[in-house]
Amino acid sequence: MSFPLLTVTAALPAVGAIATAAVPAARRTAAKWLALLVSLATLVLAIVIAVRFDPGGERYQLTESHAWIADFGVRYELGVDGIAVALIALTALLIPFIILAGWHDADPLETGSKRWRPTQGFFALILAVEAMVILSFEATDVFLFYIFFEAMLIPMYFLIGGFGDRAHEHGEKAAATQRSYAAVKFLLYNLVGGLIMLAAVIGLYVVAGNFSLTEIAEARANGSLEMAASTERWLFLGFFFAFAVKAPLWPLHTWLPNAMQESTAPVAVLITAVVDKVGTFAMLRFCLQLFPEASKWATPAILVLALISIIYGALLAVGQRDIKRLIAYASISHFGFIIMGIFAMTSQGQSGATLYMVNHGISTAALMLIAGFLISRRGSRLIADYGGVQKVAPVLAGTFLIGSLATLSLPGLAPFVSEFLVLVGTFTRYPVIGIIATFGIVLAALYTLVLYQRTMTGPVKPEVSAMPDLRVRELVVVAPLVVLLIFLGVYPKPVTDIVDPAVKQTMSDVQKKDPQPEVEAAK
Amino acid sequence: MSASAVHSLWTTAVEPITKIDAPTFEYGQMAPTLIIVGAAIIGILIEAFVPRKSRYYVQMFVSVVALVAAFAAVVALAADGYGTTKARIAAMGAIAVDGPALFLQGTILLAALVGLFTFAERRLDPVVHGNRVDSFAAQAASVPGSESEKAAVKAGFTTTEVFPLLLFAVAGMLIFPAANDLLTLFVALEVFSLPLYLLCALARRKRLMSQEAAVKYFLLGAFASAFTLFGIAMLYGYAGSMSYATIAQVVEGTVQDVNPALADTMGNDALLLVGAALLVMGLLFKVGAVPFHMWTPDVYQGAPTPVTGFMAAATKVAAFGALLRVLYVVLPGLRWDWRPVMWAVAIVTMLGGAIVAITQTDIKRLLAYSSIAHAGFILAGVIATTPDGVSSVLFYLAAYSFVTIGAFAVVTLVRDAGGEATHLSKWAGLGRRSPLVAAVFAVFLLAFAGIPLTSGFAGKFAVFKAAAEGGAAPLVVIGVISSAIAAFFYIRVIVLMFFSEPRPEGPTVAVPSPLTITAIGVGVAVTLVLGVAPQYFLDLAGQAGVFVR
Repeated sequence: MSFPLLTVTAALPAVGAIATAAVPAARRTAAKWLALLVSLATLVLAIVIAVRFDPGGERYQLTESHAWIADFGVRYELGVDGIAVALIALTALLIPFIILAGWHDADPLETGSKRWRPTQGFFALILAVEAMVILSFEATDVFLFYIFFEAMLIPMYFLIGGFGDRAHEHGEKAAATQRSYAAVKFLLYNLVGGLIMLAAVIGLYVVAGNFSLTEIAEARANGSLEMAASTERWLFLGFFFAFAVKAPLWPLHTWLPNAMQESTAPVAVLITAVVDKVGTFAMLRFCLQLFPEASKWATPAILVLALISIIYGALLAVGQRDIKRLIAYASISHFGFIIMGIFAMTSQGQSGATLYMVNHGISTAALMLIAGFLISRRGSRLIADYGGVQKVAPVLAGTFLIGSLATLSLPGLAPFVSEFLVLVGTFTRYPVIGIIATFGIVLAALYTLVLYQRTMTGPVKPEVSAMPDLRVRELVVVAPLVVLLIFLGVYPKPVTDIVDPAVKQTMSDVQKKDPQPEVEAAK
Repeated sequence: MSASAVHSLWTTAVEPITKIDAPTFEYGQMAPTLIIVGAAIIGILIEAFVPRKSRYYVQMFVSVVALVAAFAAVVALAADGYGTTKARIAAMGAIAVDGPALFLQGTILLAALVGLFTFAERRLDPVVHGNRVDSFAAQAASVPGSESEKAAVKAGFTTTEVFPLLLFAVAGMLIFPAANDLLTLFVALEVFSLPLYLLCALARRKRLMSQEAAVKYFLLGAFASAFTLFGIAMLYGYAGSMSYATIAQVVEGTVQDVNPALADTMGNDALLLVGAALLVMGLLFKVGAVPFHMWTPDVYQGAPTPVTGFMAAATKVAAFGALLRVLYVVLPGLRWDWRPVMWAVAIVTMLGGAIVAITQTDIKRLLAYSSIAHAGFILAGVIATTPDGVSSVLFYLAAYSFVTIGAFAVVTLVRDAGGEATHLSKWAGLGRRSPLVAAVFAVFLLAFAGIPLTSGFAGKFAVFKAAAEGGAAPLVVIGVISSAIAAFFYIRVIVLMFFSEPRPEGPTVAVPSPLTITAIGVGVAVTLVLGVAPQYFLDLAGQAGVFVR
């Protein structure tokens, strides 16, 4: 038996989470370092996965398969395709930055409190989420995936509800109330989605008799597993509903602004850049592969919803007064692009969507973490409380500008490539939708630049005049992300090389070919 | 008129009695029940003869030994193949020894053992007059608040009768799912119900509430028993027999000999339908299914919490076992008639329990409504009418019992000056003050909510899978929706514990003795093991999925 690389990659943060939680209360700095080291080691393993992965080889590689619950037809089956490799790498990459950025987020309010344990809890929960997210990227058994898809809600819930910004305009008590509201909303939305999916998972078992993604997809492809059109559609809807809540797609998105607004910036990054990606990833891996016919059947409706997400999210982002809420609505708009790219059913669209998942993760992480540093300095999330920051903290403002420009997909920065691919991919098949979606970019320019202008330029407000620039720890977080944004903007090939074969496979699952350019016959 | 004419008119001549067949009784196969009954009788003798000071220890010793021995007997029987190949009907056709019976008996015995630990807990209440006290009234017969009560407390009386009462209840519960004729079923029903009525009345604190709960439980339970008995009478009229197998044969129309005394009524479908409905109604009452659930919240709230935990777990196991046997062995020929009704019951039970639970403000009432919702989920598995359905129900019951006992054991720990602090508002901020207790309770709540990696999820999945395969897909959808509703109030409690500010005059968490710690620890361990690696137990339940007839 070969070395179970995928299991170890997921188990490492899980064990790390337990170890971090077990560190004595007084040694909280040690807990932080432990968590950081574990996350870095996980990153190394993720890189090993990416290196060992052969883009031209088998569809699922590094596979592992063990019996688990025979009565339910469940096996412990792992395997990665190019899309999963890219997203595992993204997850493993972002977690160390999230930990580093949240270094002081869970410190005790008064120094020297001996019995304060939440610090350990905070970092343990982040690692637990990482383990579950990685496992859900790796699982090729539908049931196994479902388990981690659902279970990750619990640590996420405690992260949102248990830790928030120290500063709050209405005081600590109101902050706690709003936090727990946001956490409950997050959990209920996702739990309902997950439970609807559970009904579909059971239905899938009744129809297929097992949960193995590869077996079912193969049986579907060679026609040995027939599904009535109505059955397939219901099952598809059950799965898609859960993923659309998680992603989130309009009109199931309303939990995201609350959750991102109330949680600390690193946790907000964890939600939108890591956990939500499981939703869009699962659309690609499960919806399209298991239910190709139903996916095609639902495409028009989903594209319209995605389009609404793009425009609606962007419009609401323009109107926000709260920095974090603004970024949340921007994310909703971007998730619209991702879902549009997936369901445009062109290889450019799907490659673009996968690339978009990676790039959105990095760009949102950069923007949100810097915004978090900004908010922690001034103690307010309101845009109106800032002004002229670039004069007092030029590095902070400069990196914030790069993050903003990445969010609006400026050419030369990573998100541009993916957004362009998505739009091209959509346009070749659905020109009208592609054209309308382009307005999302225009609005993106509006909300990001207005945000930058109002907070960073103009006369220096007295409250921000003493604001220190980025500290070393913060620079360590920001600089690599900015470098990556530029690098992947100029040279996205490493990611696209890994992703493309997997996308071609998915395209062949749904039996779609790229539309060929028509040449007008010469008169 | 001659004597012989009268004779021919009113009676028939009988064969002269030359010999009576001595009833055969398989002591070995009945060992689990016999051990418990014997220990219960010894328990009564202990009450009579052992000095007051040492009763508690002797009673506890006897009870624990009896439960362990009975469980060992169940395991031995199962290992001997009585659950599968050697499944048979014992005690002159009165008791079935088969897979479901043994599995449920094992579950009941383990639940009772864990429950017993919470019964015996004596460290939670403050020491009164130098005596350690448990959750039960000092002297049940003394009027609450009276001088005689004060005297009893001062004298350090304790109600050690709870141990034999528990054992009698367990004995009834062991027979209930194994009963193979209607009379045995009824006797078992009464044998386990009566001690429970009594136990409910024995709370040390809030005695009036406890007695009120007991009276409610008794009155409604008596009604339900009467219905059951009426149904049994009708079924007898219909089939001319109390035996499950014979009734089933009459339902299927395969029986040959007609009892001459019942020639007019035998095979009368009206009797069958009304009788079956009344019988099932009585069982649904014990299960706590809507619309027969009205007693559940009041009784769960008023009864001493250890009793509530035991009752919620073990009664449900026994009653579902009996319900399964009645529906699968006696009435399979009638399933096109009872399935639609059970569909309706399952739907209103799942939704009713989940929706009403949202408005509850008392943790014990909340758990009561949650148990109603869970009864609905289990009913979905009952409706499947497949061997998978049976084994999924068995698994669910085993998983659910330990979560329930554990959860109620945690409830006993959270106390203020008035005893247990069951009002939800008092639980605010518990996670800050005692993170471990709150975390354990959160695990139980997540299991109730059916979050993956807990036993609740494995059970729910098994039941819903069986229901979907049995053609009850709409039930699964409704089950999933009510799970979502139910998740709301479980999460509300978690929010309250972890994200709310603790109240300054809030309750404290008592430090329990190893007894309660064991009960809670077993609950957590079973919850996690059945959640992560349920295969062994699913196999066990799968092997036990076939009834003997």
